[in-house]
Amino acid sequence: MARVFHPLERFAPAPTAFHLLPFRFTRLDGKELLVNEAGEYIFVPNGTVENLANEQVDTNSELYQDLRAKHFVYDDCSSPLLDILATKVRTKFDHISGGTKLHIFVVTLRCEHSCDYCQVSRQTASRGEFDMSTSTADRAISMMMDSPARDITLEIQGGEPLLAFDVIQYIIPRAKTVALQRGKNLDIVVCSNLACVTDDILKYFRDEGVKVSTSLDGPAFLHNKNRPRPGHNSYEKAIEGIERSRAILGIENVAALMTTTAASLDHVIEIVDEYVRREFHSIFLRPISPYGFALKTRHRTGYEMGRFLEFYRKGLAHVLKVNRSGYRIAEVYTQILLTKILTPHGSRYVDMQSPAGEAWNVLVYNYDGDVYASDESRMLAETNDRTFRLGNVHKDTRRTIFTHEPALRMFQTSCNQALAGCSDCAFQSYCAADPVYHYATQGDMYGYRATSGFCSRNMQVIRHLFSIIAEDDRETMRILWSWITGQSVHGEVVECA
Amino acid sequence: MRLTTMGVARNFDESIVGIITAEKLPPDQCMDRIRLFASAKMADDERLTPYRALLCPDELQNPPDLPFIHRLRDSDHLKDGDIVVLEGSTGLVRSLYRPYELHHHLFVTERCNSNCLMCSQPPKDRDDVEVLTARNTELIKLIRQPPSYLTITGGEPTLLGDNLFTLLSQLKVSMPETELHMLTNGRAFAWPEYSRQFAGIEHPNISIGVPLYSDFAGSHDHIVQARAAFDQTVAGLHQAARNEIRVEIRVVLHKLTIPRLTKLMEYIYRNLTFVEHIALMGLEYTGYTPRNIEQLWIDPLDYQDQLEQAVEFLAMRNMTVSIYNLQLCVLRQSLWKYSKQSISDWKNAYSGVCDACTALRQCGGFFHWNTKVQSRGIHPISENLEKANHGPVPLDSR
Repeated sequence: MARVFHPLERFAPAPTAFHLLPFRFTRLDGKELLVNEAGEYIFVPNGTVENLANEQVDTNSELYQDLRAKHFVYDDCSSPLLDILATKVRTKFDHISGGTKLHIFVVTLRCEHSCDYCQVSRQTASRGEFDMSTSTADRAISMMMDSPARDITLEIQGGEPLLAFDVIQYIIPRAKTVALQRGKNLDIVVCSNLACVTDDILKYFRDEGVKVSTSLDGPAFLHNKNRPRPGHNSYEKAIEGIERSRAILGIENVAALMTTTAASLDHVIEIVDEYVRREFHSIFLRPISPYGFALKTRHRTGYEMGRFLEFYRKGLAHVLKVNRSGYRIAEVYTQILLTKILTPHGSRYVDMQSPAGEAWNVLVYNYDGDVYASDESRMLAETNDRTFRLGNVHKDTRRTIFTHEPALRMFQTSCNQALAGCSDCAFQSYCAADPVYHYATQGDMYGYRATSGFCSRNMQVIRHLFSIIAEDDRETMRILWSWITGQSVHGEVVECA
Repeated sequence: MRLTTMGVARNFDESIVGIITAEKLPPDQCMDRIRLFASAKMADDERLTPYRALLCPDELQNPPDLPFIHRLRDSDHLKDGDIVVLEGSTGLVRSLYRPYELHHHLFVTERCNSNCLMCSQPPKDRDDVEVLTARNTELIKLIRQPPSYLTITGGEPTLLGDNLFTLLSQLKVSMPETELHMLTNGRAFAWPEYSRQFAGIEHPNISIGVPLYSDFAGSHDHIVQARAAFDQTVAGLHQAARNEIRVEIRVVLHKLTIPRLTKLMEYIYRNLTFVEHIALMGLEYTGYTPRNIEQLWIDPLDYQDQLEQAVEFLAMRNMTVSIYNLQLCVLRQSLWKYSKQSISDWKNAYSGVCDACTALRQCGGFFHWNTKVQSRGIHPISENLEKANHGPVPLDSR
């Protein structure tokens, strides 16, 4: 039987009316930026939102087809495919399913450094007083493994945890045994300044499959200024420690993190170059956290958010330049935000999530058994504010931690979808809620966005990234995507140290 | 290579499926064999051998009382071990399976609920389900050496209903190692129960290849000439993924798909992130295409920008993408590494100008029907290939 063919109009008649799906919007670089519920964005000409509200968009236009295909509008000509939109939203929030993955063990508060920005260290304390006891360790391991997550990361920190190496040697085999019994995959990271590291300690880490994360704030003058210790040799110790660690653990098992202080702000180029010189393939241009002792020393380490943004922009431009010249190094803050903006997925980075990662995706077990919502909550407690102390491993269970007042109070302000100033923000899907930050800086977990440093920093960083996206420079986008996927710019997968 | 031939059938009305033997076989080995005689002179000692049927290019003299087709127009393409079907009513001999080929197909129906403007295998409104299912059941039984890959195609295989599940179950038992790829419009998978049933067969190596032609529903529906097809296909892909059925997306490149090509890739990345492969395919000048060529034709030379952008879009995002049915000489060099030799052996041909080409061995080649309408860019390549095939070309060299 001969079949006939019909023209386009029969399958795509102009709809008589169209309807809006939820989206948020802002103006950016002379255009309007629309972001839908699943974090998909579209740049459209100025005035488009108003035209949409007034139903004045030409339904035969390419713009209309774009908006329709991206789940901004729907009409009666075909299904809105809301199930698909729901799946996309679910995919974006996949990181909150599965339970707490990151568990931080503070094995001691003792430290031989006396950094201005450190909130918790005790240089003078004698052995034992501020170390985690074996009974506390046992209870903390048990509570960690009560998390429904299959993949558990145990992060051991301090103070300087290597000063309590005996506690580490107690925790690691026990955590492994329990992980095996409960069918969990366990990753272990030790965060150390490496000043007191020895080959014996590193060989132990190698044999136990432990990774090391250390601090590197920049070149010697800056690092030593930020991180005073007897002998003024923190930098030299760190570099020596990094090299010894790499030699024994392998280069891919040694990572470095930097802290930005007021002193860092004028030296971002030197900081990036230091990371390149030390053959690191990622750098995290982190803002300083405003908690604990850091609040008190703000005159020295604190700085205006505007200066941080300048630091970040300049740093990112320099990192991109280094990449163009052929050396691969990713900027982690950018990588986290671009993953949220450009991919269907969310980020597993706990400090940039909504619902906030605190408690849901990270728990901190202090040396004395107190459980905190995050590392920052613990630092706040060191200034005698125990608002975010969720319980204690000796008295509580995972269930009571999550159902008692401190956690519940925090959860009420953990979703930026429901916060004034965030609920209608175009960048809501890319940003986060941070009750601990807002409590620490504004005295109120809910927070006030107009004066929030968290808000202004993320808003401006995200705006900056959208400007780069809008420019759509082919090589820049290739580099940025290589950070997201872990592929090299030309397609092969590379290992990131 | 030739697929069919005709002759005069005697002693049977139905279809007979069997394996060609060009050699004389002892009686205990010939139950499923179709004996091909090179000439009319048949040895007397074979008259009592119970072959399934006989074939001969000449007129068989004094044949036994067995089904046979003689006076075959062509028989040179029939090789020992080929599986063929003989039609008693018409005298048609169709090759179903040739062990020496790379690409193997199970053709399950000519019916389809879409009517794509560029369909290479125009559907027929005739109920062939029972006949073809019986034929394929027998064919699967006769395949002695399971192939590495087998494509299930039509028509639209899901129109087989339960018969498809029966065939898949049979394949799961008889050749579990064979990688099955089923070409379907995916619309039936939108029924959650259908996807569950399909997945319930638990074939260890099966994926479906589903066409998607636009991110804009109306445009896709127009190209496949079926209302609501886009909605059903996209919903079907999601149901398939939910049931852990592996999915490939196929996009035919022509004048109606090129304008929104990268937008379609973005749609796939955002909405169908789970697909394991995206195939971008050159237009075939056969089936319906000649009738709709005005609407469809765009010289591949004229869409290299869009194609490169689409491929790069996916590659950057770690999505696996390939280009099928396009010749290296019309493809931008940055795209060569994505080009696959995908054309079935019997459909593949090269044009006369290809004789002088140094890249012929790596080339995707032509569908033999495409040698009729071809890009103005077809030319022999004489450059040094080493350079082109190792990594992408630097940006500034274009």
